[in-house]
Amino acid sequence: MDILKKSFKKSIWVFHLSTAACNNCDIEVLELLTPRYDVERFGIKLVGSPRHADALLVCGSVNAHAKPRFLEVYRQTPKPCLVVAFGSCGCSSGIFRDSYSIVGPVDKVLKEEDPDAKIVYIPGCPPKPEAMIEGIIKGLEAI
Amino acid sequence: MSNKKNEKVMKDLKKKLKNKIIDIAQPREKRIYIRVEPEKTPEVVEYLFYKYQCKLCTATGIDMREGIEIIYHLAKEDKNMVINVKTLIPYSKLEIESIGKKIKAFRWIEREINEMLGVTFIGHPDMRRLILADSFPEGKYPLRKSFKNSDVTDEDYDYERSGI
Amino acid sequence: MKQTIIPLGPYHPLLEEPEHFKLYVEGERVVDLDVEIGYNHRGIEKLSESKTWDQVPYLVERICGICSTSHPMAYCLAVEDLVGCEISKRAQLIRVVVCELERIHSHLLWVGLAGHFIGYNTVWMWAWKYRETILEICEKLTGNRNHYAMFKPGGIRRDFNKEQIEYALEHIVDVEKPIRMLTDAILDDPVIHKRLKGIGVLTKKDAIDYSALGPTSRGSGVPWDVRWDEPLDGFKDLKWKVIVQKDGDVFSKGVVRLLECFESVSLIKQALLNLPEGEAIDVDIKEVPQGEGCGRYEAPRGEVFHYVRSDGSNMPYRHKVRAPTFNNLPTFKASCRGETIADVALITASIDPCYCCTERVAVVDKNNNEKILREKDLVKLSVDKTNGIMKKLGKTPPLYNMEI
Repeated sequence: MDILKKSFKKSIWVFHLSTAACNNCDIEVLELLTPRYDVERFGIKLVGSPRHADALLVCGSVNAHAKPRFLEVYRQTPKPCLVVAFGSCGCSSGIFRDSYSIVGPVDKVLKEEDPDAKIVYIPGCPPKPEAMIEGIIKGLEAI
Repeated sequence: MSNKKNEKVMKDLKKKLKNKIIDIAQPREKRIYIRVEPEKTPEVVEYLFYKYQCKLCTATGIDMREGIEIIYHLAKEDKNMVINVKTLIPYSKLEIESIGKKIKAFRWIEREINEMLGVTFIGHPDMRRLILADSFPEGKYPLRKSFKNSDVTDEDYDYERSGI
Repeated sequence: MKQTIIPLGPYHPLLEEPEHFKLYVEGERVVDLDVEIGYNHRGIEKLSESKTWDQVPYLVERICGICSTSHPMAYCLAVEDLVGCEISKRAQLIRVVVCELERIHSHLLWVGLAGHFIGYNTVWMWAWKYRETILEICEKLTGNRNHYAMFKPGGIRRDFNKEQIEYALEHIVDVEKPIRMLTDAILDDPVIHKRLKGIGVLTKKDAIDYSALGPTSRGSGVPWDVRWDEPLDGFKDLKWKVIVQKDGDVFSKGVVRLLECFESVSLIKQALLNLPEGEAIDVDIKEVPQGEGCGRYEAPRGEVFHYVRSDGSNMPYRHKVRAPTFNNLPTFKASCRGETIADVALITASIDPCYCCTERVAVVDKNNNEKILREKDLVKLSVDKTNGIMKKLGKTPPLYNMEI
């Protein structure tokens, strides 16, 4: 477990998942890769498959269409993994809280599957890229 | 004070469609509202789309007390006009002939009105669910006034049907 | 002949929004395409009925992160159509500035993504790097990089002061040169010509039959642009033109978007230099009477249409939202037929789909043999095709190919 904890400190590979989001947070995530913020210099990169990921970046709150797929992706991610609930929609469903179509924010849906899931909350609509980087680093320190 | 050119459009339509419509009004310069019976609606809309060269903006379904009102919004770009064709379908017989079977632009919006409000479009080639999840309970129509946001919760969704 | 079904699963690392495509292919050629949407459905039209007239713009902004001003703009125009009020010239010109800034950043975003799909990752990095300048101007003028919360029925919420205007005028010039560089590079490159020309053609007749909108229709020779067809008073004194191309393929759509960026820069400069002093920025609408109104505005992807019906109370009785991608998505059926799988990723990107505006599309494949190809595989097929073309033309394909 110590080796795992140590390896978590560097070069996090992130899988980005978008569930019922307005896409703004998704664009901000991609902006982290572009030359202005460039998280690749920290070794953080986006991967193509949840099986390679250390962290799951979830944008948007979860709706009924996405719920079974989101839980499936979570099951496929090797543990320990960090789940980042991104943006106001991810933390608390934001302005869409009362809708018939939204099943719940990320933590409510995830706790049904795995009560011990480690979740980092990054609020904002959308969060600034600097906030994102800080949020991920805080999450890593907490593991 | 309305523009002379734009009143011309209304007069032109009144002459060409006179026995197919109930009435026609132009409350503002760029907006015309035509009321039609449900049976005559496909004919009027097709005339406007093809002969009058309008494009489809969208169609709206509204739950009124007497029935469901469908408004087809068409735009005539060169005359700078939005022509709205309204029809009221009574609850006792919630069906109307589909325009989507002939004109491709209408197919998706008719699917949406069908699943959100429960109106049947006769002859539509592909009446599957469009935006609601497959697991959404049958028989419930979100845009009806009798449906509240709290009527459907996580427990009501049938996740087996979504195939995962 | 056997047909294969290729479902493209909902989650792909680069296409931020989930979509489900099913491609029906025979060998290498696509025979049919089905699109399933619904993954982003959040029930916004129903939520509007429980918000007051002033609260709806906050809700409607969050329909889409990229067309974030077009939806509140169309909604405010619909309510102003219902009420029948006139907006001050200053407010109209400020609205024009904010909307055109959004247009430039959205088109640069598209250029970056299209570059990624064909394997030109440098184009992606550079386009997004210059996009940051626009986002900084937005932040200086409105307070946020996206979701500006500037519009309300009757006018705008905040005014621009002299310092902000000077900053914007100074920095907008910094963006024009890089866009010129990107445009020239893309228009001259023979590999891009071979890759994009003649692919995914949408004929003029199909564009009219499907009522396609925005650059998708303007790339096929149909000159529909709401800013020209239903001009707001703010646009009447500004000089600009509608960009139309005739061929209908992916290349034409890209050219339309790039050239529109220049028109937008010119519009922003004209609007900022001609802001009248001393006018109020909003009309206080005290009551919304019974009635109905339609509002239309040209988003980067096409025409956004909002319809409101009021019964005299302080909340909308019905609010209908139609985003441009709703009309553009069905055109895949017409433009993808006969194309190879390697080109499908590009064609689907060429209409610049904003799924969150529309709620996802799924494509269905028609055969019995199911083969699962992920979006990553589609992008790889597309990049491999580009590399093949480069080798034929005697160029070296780029060494560094990102994993995404």
